[in-house]
Amino acid sequence: MKPFSFEYFKPNNIDEAISLLNGYGEDAVILAGGQSLIPLMNLRLARPKYIIDINKIAELSYIKDTNGGLSIGALTRHREIEKSDIIKSKYPILSKTVSLIGNPQIRNWGTIGGSISHADPAGELPTLLLALNGKVKVVGNQGEREIDGDDLFLGYLTTSMEKTEILREVYIPEISPKMGWEFVELTKRSHDFAIVSVAVLMSIDNAGKCNDVRISLGGVGSMPVRAKGAEEFLLDKAINDDSINEAANIASEEAEPESDIHASAKYRKEMVKVFVNRGLISALDRVRG
Amino acid sequence: MVKKYAINLTVNGINYEKEVEARKLLVDFIREDIGLTGTHIGCEHGQCGACTVVFNGKSLKSCLMFAVQADGAEILTVEGLAKDEKLHPIQEAFWENHGLQCGYCTPGVLMSSYVLLKENPQPSEEDIREGISGNICRCTGYVNIVKAIKEASKKIEGAGI
Repeated sequence: MKPFSFEYFKPNNIDEAISLLNGYGEDAVILAGGQSLIPLMNLRLARPKYIIDINKIAELSYIKDTNGGLSIGALTRHREIEKSDIIKSKYPILSKTVSLIGNPQIRNWGTIGGSISHADPAGELPTLLLALNGKVKVVGNQGEREIDGDDLFLGYLTTSMEKTEILREVYIPEISPKMGWEFVELTKRSHDFAIVSVAVLMSIDNAGKCNDVRISLGGVGSMPVRAKGAEEFLLDKAINDDSINEAANIASEEAEPESDIHASAKYRKEMVKVFVNRGLISALDRVRG
Repeated sequence: MVKKYAINLTVNGINYEKEVEARKLLVDFIREDIGLTGTHIGCEHGQCGACTVVFNGKSLKSCLMFAVQADGAEILTVEGLAKDEKLHPIQEAFWENHGLQCGYCTPGVLMSSYVLLKENPQPSEEDIREGISGNICRCTGYVNIVKAIKEASKKIEGAGI
């Protein structure tokens, strides 16, 4: 099938893009890497009347390691994040997660801002953003505002951004080198959409007790969620096989997946248990070095 | 009257100035507007990789970009690989190693291999499998494709290309 007709704009800067969005509002969409939007258009599942192509806006593409965190411009390609040495050394969970997205062609063009604002519950980056306590900076004609990852995703392909706002930057607070981490996903083929994904970050004190833990789940419902019950259970507990197993059980119980063509809700719940378990074991291995 | 957009781009070293409808996919532009039908259309939504071309040095599924976005771009398609009637070493290696059967996916696989070997001239088997993971072949089971790419990397090294 071929996409429906639309009008095309290629703004030179963010201000131009915002004024176009204000002019066309509900009928306009932002085109970044196009690796999710264009398939939807080819299948005529999306029929925007106006396309605002932001690929010319070079100021939206950067990776900045600042004091206390990492700032990534919305138009930064997955491949640039995957290859970035600073991210490999200081945010290795991000390097690994991005390497699981799509395939080389998709990663060459897909962008971090596009992936997050598309808010696909099967996408890797929305799930990871929650575990990283990340936030996004969005800009519209009312100026700029920050949205915490926790407040960003509202449902399937839906965020709390206004139709007239553009995601400008993704911000990730610094990850202590003492944090262990893991990102695991279930796919039909390697690099395919994640049927279930789990991100884990954890640190333990000298006595072996958990002093920080974040677990997020993707593919279990209409949007990614934190496994809050499992996190609360682990905090201040000694980390061992028993506590890890129990946390995995709690995460599985609190997950509320739906059945679809790829997997039943029951199977997804079971896989949450398996992956939270594996994720915590791997994170613990990394904490211990 | 449907609105058309002027674009100017280079494909296989030849400059083209054309007018396109915004919704025209790059792959359709390459096949219909400039007549290079070596780039194939498979799934038309980014799953199969048959339409892979090299766009400003990076591999791209050309069904996932509109032609209007390619204004100013430099594109290489499978027709641009052979020089002076002589096959590119990657094409030779695919021929010699039976790296294709029906051939439908082959142009896309060749272009992914081209970018892979540019970025990583001595890839491991794992690198090769990762490098062509965006290209689906339903005939070969990939074994001979992987063999051909290994062989191609030796040929390119030997020829100093």
